[in-house]
Amino acid sequence: MSKAQIMNGNELVSEAAIAAGCRFYAGYPITPSSEIPEHLSKRMPEVGGVFVQFEDEIASCMAAVGASYAGYKSMTASSGPGISLKQEAIGLACMMELPLVVVNVMRGGPSTGLPTRVSQADLMQARWGTHGDHMIIAVAPETLLETYTETIRAFNMAEKYRTPVYILTDAVLAHLNGRVELPDPSTLEIIDRTQPSVPPEEYNPYDVERFGEVPPLPNKENFHDYRFHMTGLNKDKTGFPTVNKEAVEADEERMITKITGNIKDIESFEYYKMDDAQLVIFAYGTNAAAARVAVDEAREAGIKAGMFRPITVWPFPEKQVAEIGKNFDKMIVSEINLGQMLYEVERATKGNIEISTVLQAAGVPIRPQQILDKMKEVL
Amino acid sequence: MAFHYELRFAGIGGQGNMLAGAIIAEAAIFFENKYATQVPTYTSQVRGGPTKADIIISDEPIYFAESTHINFFLALDQRTYNLYKGDTLDGAIVLVDSGLVEVPDEDRAKWDVYEYPIIRTAKYEVGNVITANILSVGMTGELTQIMSLDNIFKAVEKRVPPAFLELNEKAFKMGVDIAKKLKAEKGK
Amino acid sequence: MATDYSKYLRMEKLPLYWCPGCGNGTILKAMITAIDELGWQNDDIMMVSGIGCSSRATGYVDFHTIHTLHGRAVPVATAIKMCHPDMHVIVFSGDGDSTAIGGNHFIHACRRNIDLTVIIVDNWIYGMTGGQYSPLTPTGTKASTMPRGNIDPNFDIAELAKGAGATFVARSSVADPMILKNYIKKGLSHKGMSVIDALSNCHIQWGRRNKYGDPVKLVDLIKERTVTKAKAAKMSEEELKGKYVTGILYEDTAKKEYTQAYKELVEKAQNE
Repeated sequence: MSKAQIMNGNELVSEAAIAAGCRFYAGYPITPSSEIPEHLSKRMPEVGGVFVQFEDEIASCMAAVGASYAGYKSMTASSGPGISLKQEAIGLACMMELPLVVVNVMRGGPSTGLPTRVSQADLMQARWGTHGDHMIIAVAPETLLETYTETIRAFNMAEKYRTPVYILTDAVLAHLNGRVELPDPSTLEIIDRTQPSVPPEEYNPYDVERFGEVPPLPNKENFHDYRFHMTGLNKDKTGFPTVNKEAVEADEERMITKITGNIKDIESFEYYKMDDAQLVIFAYGTNAAAARVAVDEAREAGIKAGMFRPITVWPFPEKQVAEIGKNFDKMIVSEINLGQMLYEVERATKGNIEISTVLQAAGVPIRPQQILDKMKEVL
Repeated sequence: MAFHYELRFAGIGGQGNMLAGAIIAEAAIFFENKYATQVPTYTSQVRGGPTKADIIISDEPIYFAESTHINFFLALDQRTYNLYKGDTLDGAIVLVDSGLVEVPDEDRAKWDVYEYPIIRTAKYEVGNVITANILSVGMTGELTQIMSLDNIFKAVEKRVPPAFLELNEKAFKMGVDIAKKLKAEKGK
Repeated sequence: MATDYSKYLRMEKLPLYWCPGCGNGTILKAMITAIDELGWQNDDIMMVSGIGCSSRATGYVDFHTIHTLHGRAVPVATAIKMCHPDMHVIVFSGDGDSTAIGGNHFIHACRRNIDLTVIIVDNWIYGMTGGQYSPLTPTGTKASTMPRGNIDPNFDIAELAKGAGATFVARSSVADPMILKNYIKKGLSHKGMSVIDALSNCHIQWGRRNKYGDPVKLVDLIKERTVTKAKAAKMSEEELKGKYVTGILYEDTAKKEYTQAYKELVEKAQNE
């Protein structure tokens, strides 16, 4: 069924969103993510979905939250400065527990930074960009095909856990045109929010006792018949505001544990040539491609290198990295920033492993040779 | 060893290098059943700024898509020639617009350099300056011999608007002929 | 026939959280009465609010309700209307919410002429946060962040909405609740962006700082400051200074509504 096509990362995110059932896109133009709205402005009407280019990034993300409330699978996309503006709406989606997919095509920063150049400097923004205690899911694909499959997985997790999910790509992946063979749509696993099985008068959007830790949420077909209230204030099971200490505490904790408690389902990572490795590279996103080439070249040169690659970058693969810390002697953390996931790696490995770095924030990809040189230096 | 070939097309935004690169990659994917990538680099200035398109063609999946060991380098502008020539392998083929790029002697010693007034030819002999990129594609195909010229032209047909096909066919063929002539002059 | 308000209110959420005498209740009642007269069903109504005293209204009405973020009710309402064009989508908002932090969203919804009804509770002040001045605080009057009197000129919400492209614009006040109800009813029935500037009394946060701490006195002041469109036509510019012209100030039924335009776009895309 599959057929070779040439597509770039931005087009793949867009097509995967449609395949995942996304029927609402709201956005605002910004480099290097603009091909996503360009593509979806053409495609959404074709599939009967909604596309609106809003007046700003804030409105775009709020609209995506509104559409999700109204039962639609929704997405917005942007890059650094735009993602900064979307933060309040992402926090609202966390609090209202609404599925939402946010694409961040990472570029250099802070501020306007390097609009057309690659970076991975928004990892911590993805984790902690919006205020307040909250948990976030974020995925970072390495290749074009994975950009497609991870976008589908992002929608599935957003729906399943009623939560915002980030897709972190970057300027290279966004504009990289390459050969892809997309999976047959009928083979894709598509998850939709569970639907209330109770009559409308008995439905409450946060009734955990009755429905479990992720209560059902009406889809677009059921939205009309199920009337309920939602607010950005801390809420009780009915969706109305509360300041009750016990209720707030339980709700705040559940909003985190509904994700961390299902980590087995959410986590995704790759061990590449790790079995006999003397040295482990920690890399993710497009930078993992450079690390992979470096590992292969190192092995040709007789260096037993391996790579650990988180695909779900948030929640951080705490356990796996801690294990690596115990079982290996040396690690190189490489990322296209000045050290962000490095903090998490250091925290998780608790001083059990010697850590070196290949970091770069220059608007250009880290080359395999740079990682290879570092391997030779540390061994 | 598996086939692996890296190209870089450098120039000024608006010259059509991105499209030229995409055509080469598409020819490899659609008509030669190979893996290929094209990754553009540009500034926030979409037109007028230095740009490059890196193209990799391989029998195997490509992970790192920036060209770091360049077999073929095309430059249509002096500044981008200087900026992006660094990754070119010794013995690589280098094609420049002779009206716009001056190649230093030390570069000539390292590389198999071809010079031709590409943009001028597109403007005055093909009849439209916008065909410079397709003229370059024709020259690239003949100079590199990495794919059949027919397959490259099929990719051109797929990409250019039908109204401009005839003009682009003329540009492509002229590019091939010029490259043949330049090779012959070198005794190749 | 008298309106049965219990049909439209979440009775268990009463009493209202607003200060005694607050104009919010009057405006909410006018809206509910208008809906009752139109015979609309609760399931068909979507009410969206932002942040502020008036924005708490979404908690009291038994419709589909969402209490969003400060200034952001309009983009949320726009999205819901795009997803469910058959629903009646109402935004209930304050003057600060809709014209300061939400000003950009407000004018762009007007420009699109999307079928929303935006009711702006225009009480000249940020009430909930403690009486800071808004874009509608009358110049010269006091606010907690303008203790020496406001130096900022004001927006004219009606002119702003009209200029931005809204196709139904009306203004009334809590001093004329029946007329206000009629305008809201017309706005709700209008196909396109309708804006109702509902002048209201915040005798606590604006009033107490400006010698109008008594709600009756403040409603009287509002009455004094409002003139009908017909009367205004006969008044000089000098006489109109500091006055609020009331009435249906603008109505256009020819401009295409946005969900309709989008529907046509979808048809075009699907027939290509």
